[in-house]
Amino acid sequence: MDIVVLLKQVPATEAMIGIADDGKSIKTDDIKWVINPYDEFAVEEALKIKEEQGGTVTILSVGTDKTVEAIRTGLAMGADNGVLINDPATAGCDSLGIAKILAEALKTMPYDLIIAGQRAVDDDNYIVGGAVAEYLGIPQISLVNKEEIVDGKIRCNRTVEGGTVVLDAPLPALFTTQRGLNEPRYASLPGIMKAKKKPLDTKTLSDIGIEAPSPKVGIAALRMPPERVGGRMIEGESAQEKAALLVKALHEEAKVV
Amino acid sequence: MSQGVLAIAEQLDGAFRKVTFEAVSEGKKIAAGMGCSLTVVVPGSGMESVARDLAKYGADKIIIADNAALKEYTTDAYANVVADIIGKEDPAVVILGATAQGKDLAPRLAARLDAAIAIDVIEIKVDGDSITATRPMYGGKLLADVVLEGTPKIIATRPNAMGVLESDGAGAVETVSADVGETAIRFVEKTMESNKLELTEADIIVSGGRGMGGGDFAILEALAAAMGGAVGASRVAVDEGWRAHSDQVGQTGKVVSPNLYVACGISGAIQHLAGMSSSKVVVAINKDPDAPIFSKADYGVVGDLFELVPAITEEIKAIKG
Repeated sequence: MDIVVLLKQVPATEAMIGIADDGKSIKTDDIKWVINPYDEFAVEEALKIKEEQGGTVTILSVGTDKTVEAIRTGLAMGADNGVLINDPATAGCDSLGIAKILAEALKTMPYDLIIAGQRAVDDDNYIVGGAVAEYLGIPQISLVNKEEIVDGKIRCNRTVEGGTVVLDAPLPALFTTQRGLNEPRYASLPGIMKAKKKPLDTKTLSDIGIEAPSPKVGIAALRMPPERVGGRMIEGESAQEKAALLVKALHEEAKVV
Repeated sequence: MSQGVLAIAEQLDGAFRKVTFEAVSEGKKIAAGMGCSLTVVVPGSGMESVARDLAKYGADKIIIADNAALKEYTTDAYANVVADIIGKEDPAVVILGATAQGKDLAPRLAARLDAAIAIDVIEIKVDGDSITATRPMYGGKLLADVVLEGTPKIIATRPNAMGVLESDGAGAVETVSADVGETAIRFVEKTMESNKLELTEADIIVSGGRGMGGGDFAILEALAAAMGGAVGASRVAVDEGWRAHSDQVGQTGKVVSPNLYVACGISGAIQHLAGMSSSKVVVAINKDPDAPIFSKADYGVVGDLFELVPAITEEIKAIKG
């Protein structure tokens, strides 16, 4: 089973996000970069499948020089090799463009299964997984919190509002991860040592034979959401008194109950 | 030339989701701004009678794509049918709800149609043929105004972010026998938790965090039930195994925007604050007066949540009579 994990490096979720002077991008100084948490689930699931069924796990990413670190972390977790598409021309791409580039790269690689995060927690776009599957003409199942592969077919539990749907798809297929799928392992020290020697290919767009797709979606401006400010503290002698004052305020002032 | 707005309706067991009415209402507003008509596509099976209701929200034309294979959502059957209809109708804008289904279908359509796409949109501005959509990024830490180019433009609206507006539409119904084409994905079964209100669609959310001290959320369930709300959780409560992953509010869980958010025993990590900051009214209950959550709450109560929450439930029951 050849498995490819689509990985993006993103700012750690504990980071404060500020807007850069151009008004369209974020300040990147002092930001700690990590593997997108949903892609970490993807790496872990790929490793589990490989441990059960044999095969290879390849990490594929579009990024910059610093993305090497994220891919090495995936290799240290146990992935076999990495491919980084590192080309300044990708900087102006929208999500659909990135998906097109990933799909072109995938066409040159063997794969039975592709695993992607449901979204990257920076742009929150939810686009790349489904678009890659469409460009490759393979089925996709998204928001998966359980999967099983039997006889060339994958059966997935897909989470939907208020429930779970079970779906089957023939391989090759792509699925995207949901919380609860697994607990990603930490890279062990021997894993980190081994990762340094694992193959990590860097490619440009011309290596893949594609020009940077022109974007159809562009960020015109970034804004901070309206700042929430602390309001009123409800004071009272007893829990009962505080509860009564709070509910009165919610009912008469805020009119939400 | 591409023109008109096409909304995609979403049904579960033959009934429309609330976000469908939101997307159709917003579609009508866009159509009015562009001076064109609104068509709603209803993929499903046996949807004829409920589909007519969409005229109330401004649908000028209702296309019912009827096929037993569309009763349950699968990516390829829906993408094939909807892409076909979009090809024939040639709309300038396609609008749908950013649900589990919408977020699965929209990127597939965008890639097939080579269309601009924005998901989880909370505000739409039309200026002639140009559309600017506002959407949260970084789990709600930032808002982005994105410009969509070309046609069609695909917009998936975040549940609970857009209002439902009644307006008159001609509501001409056309039923087409939809051809699902070649499909690979098979629906096996589904399990729905009955009566469970979805967090992203709930008007009121009561959430618990570390201060709950364990998996017994009965007092929060009781308060939520008294107000007709849903129960959420912080990442700590989920990581501890106290609540299901699907209950998690925050940057790596669900981003919610209810009318009322009650945070109980949640200190207010930045990821959690991002996920609930677009709530209309926030109440924080915490025994630590210095908890960061109080700086984001409209109403703060310092005290023992195990005493306060049941007392609040009683007060709510009293005013609801």
